Amino acid sequence: MNNLFLIAFLDVKESIRAKWFLIYTIVFGGLIALFFIAGVTESQVMGFSGLSRLLLMYIQVTIVILPIFILITTVRSISGDRDNHILEYMLSFPISLHHYYWGKVIGRFATVFLPVLFAMILALFIGLFKGSGIPWNIFILYSGLLFALCSSFLGIAFLISSIVKSSEIALGFSFFIWIFLLAFIDIALISLMMQNRLSEELIIGISLINPMEVFRVAAISLFDPQLTVMGPVAYYILDNIALPLFILFSIAYPTLVGVLFAFLGFKIFKKTDLV
Amino acid sequence: MIQIENLTKKFGNAISLDAINLKIQSGDCVALMGPNGAGKTTLIRLILGYYHPTNGQVLINGKNPIKERVDVLQNISFVPQLPPPIKLSLEELIAYVCKSTQVQKEKILHFAQEMELDIEPNLKKSFFKLSGGMKQKMLIAISLARRGEIIIYDEPTANLDPKARDNFHRLLQTQNHPNISLFVTHRIDEMRDIVNRQIYMDLGKIINDEKI
Ligand SMILES: Nc1ncnc2c1ncn2[C@@H]1O[C@H](COP(=O)(O)OP(=O)(O)O)[C@@H](O)[C@H]1O
Ligand SMILES: [Mg+2]
Repeated sequence: MNNLFLIAFLDVKESIRAKWFLIYTIVFGGLIALFFIAGVTESQVMGFSGLSRLLLMYIQVTIVILPIFILITTVRSISGDRDNHILEYMLSFPISLHHYYWGKVIGRFATVFLPVLFAMILALFIGLFKGSGIPWNIFILYSGLLFALCSSFLGIAFLISSIVKSSEIALGFSFFIWIFLLAFIDIALISLMMQNRLSEELIIGISLINPMEVFRVAAISLFDPQLTVMGPVAYYILDNIALPLFILFSIAYPTLVGVLFAFLGFKIFKKTDLV
Repeated sequence: MIQIENLTKKFGNAISLDAINLKIQSGDCVALMGPNGAGKTTLIRLILGYYHPTNGQVLINGKNPIKERVDVLQNISFVPQLPPPIKLSLEELIAYVCKSTQVQKEKILHFAQEMELDIEPNLKKSFFKLSGGMKQKMLIAISLARRGEIIIYDEPTANLDPKARDNFHRLLQTQNHPNISLFVTHRIDEMRDIVNRQIYMDLGKIINDEKI
């Protein structure tokens, strides 16, 4: 077995035994179960129903909590390994930094992506069992969005772990980035919009830099764009950009951001002191 | 051969190693001594290629341990001062070692037995759940199995009981391969049978270097 996959494989095995992974899996699996118990599939809200409605609710919650899960667990484990000298020992073996770093990235990706995907597949199975139709287009779009969401925040997490050497500071930093992307950018943009200082196009453009905003809009994009549940930004985007193009962008762009950040993290990992 | 030329390492403004020159040749068995904060661990980490020197260079058999990391580390086995809380099971740790270094599993098991570490019933256990002494024995067994051309031990016996310490010294003496050993130690009397050179460091400098 190649060293890259050895590292990835051992990382996955280690994660699966960790408490955070148990909580992580229970939260996302539990979310699906909860929605079913709450009867989301039976309710008819705002024109759409059944599994579509359930998956929409799932992805909307996931977009908010998955990034902070990914940031905290990844940053904690990587800089934790540094803090308590695990890295010092493991790197004393003849494994290239390239294999070590990307092996960790692959291992982490599998552990954060697969449980959220399985939760969705679980929903499909229960839905099938209950006899509701399967909204394949939504399922495929959301799988893509989850993939992109995991990539982008994993990339950010690896970059933070490479820059910040202490796990305490790295944790604080992760939390800040999450809050910033989640709320502050929106608030700032809304206030700019209200003051009419910048053109609408520019503001929308800026909001599209934020992967969180892209996910939010993409998640509702397959539903009727006239719906009032969407914010003004989403409405504007879906009104002005062709839907297939936007969907492609919503998956490609965050994935690219993640790869880019992870790559930057690797450069820094190589260039600075390891322990 | 470990060749250290004009090696300086600063962290911020604090100098941890101050323009050190040192040559360690095949056959040298060194006791590296000095008070806490002298720079011993920093020196070792530079040899292992973990730190980027502020100035000067380290060469292991003529190779740069950062640029030719895999080549250099193929020949070095290292045991840290405190066994880290590795979360892998013993089985997984052994797999990691075997796959990355081409050491046979049987060899590790053999040296574990020599160190009187009962490894079979613990294979599925996480490494960090072993007692301090058991962890240290495991890391020593791994390092002996690797038979590195260069062995670097940062206070290897700190956690061991006297019996285990004797075992360890006996195993070291039966290894008889003509290479380099570097022991950080505070107890020179204990190591006197093993080492043939003593280097004393303080404040990032080599104060004394003699054959014994
Ligand atoms: N990563 C680091 N960052 C900042 N200072 C460090 C770091 N590593 C070591 N030092 C400092 O360098 C000096 C030498 O440390 P060290 O090499 O660990 O000493 P020893 O192993 O001889 O006890 C100490 O003053 C220590 O505080
Ligand atoms: Mg030390």
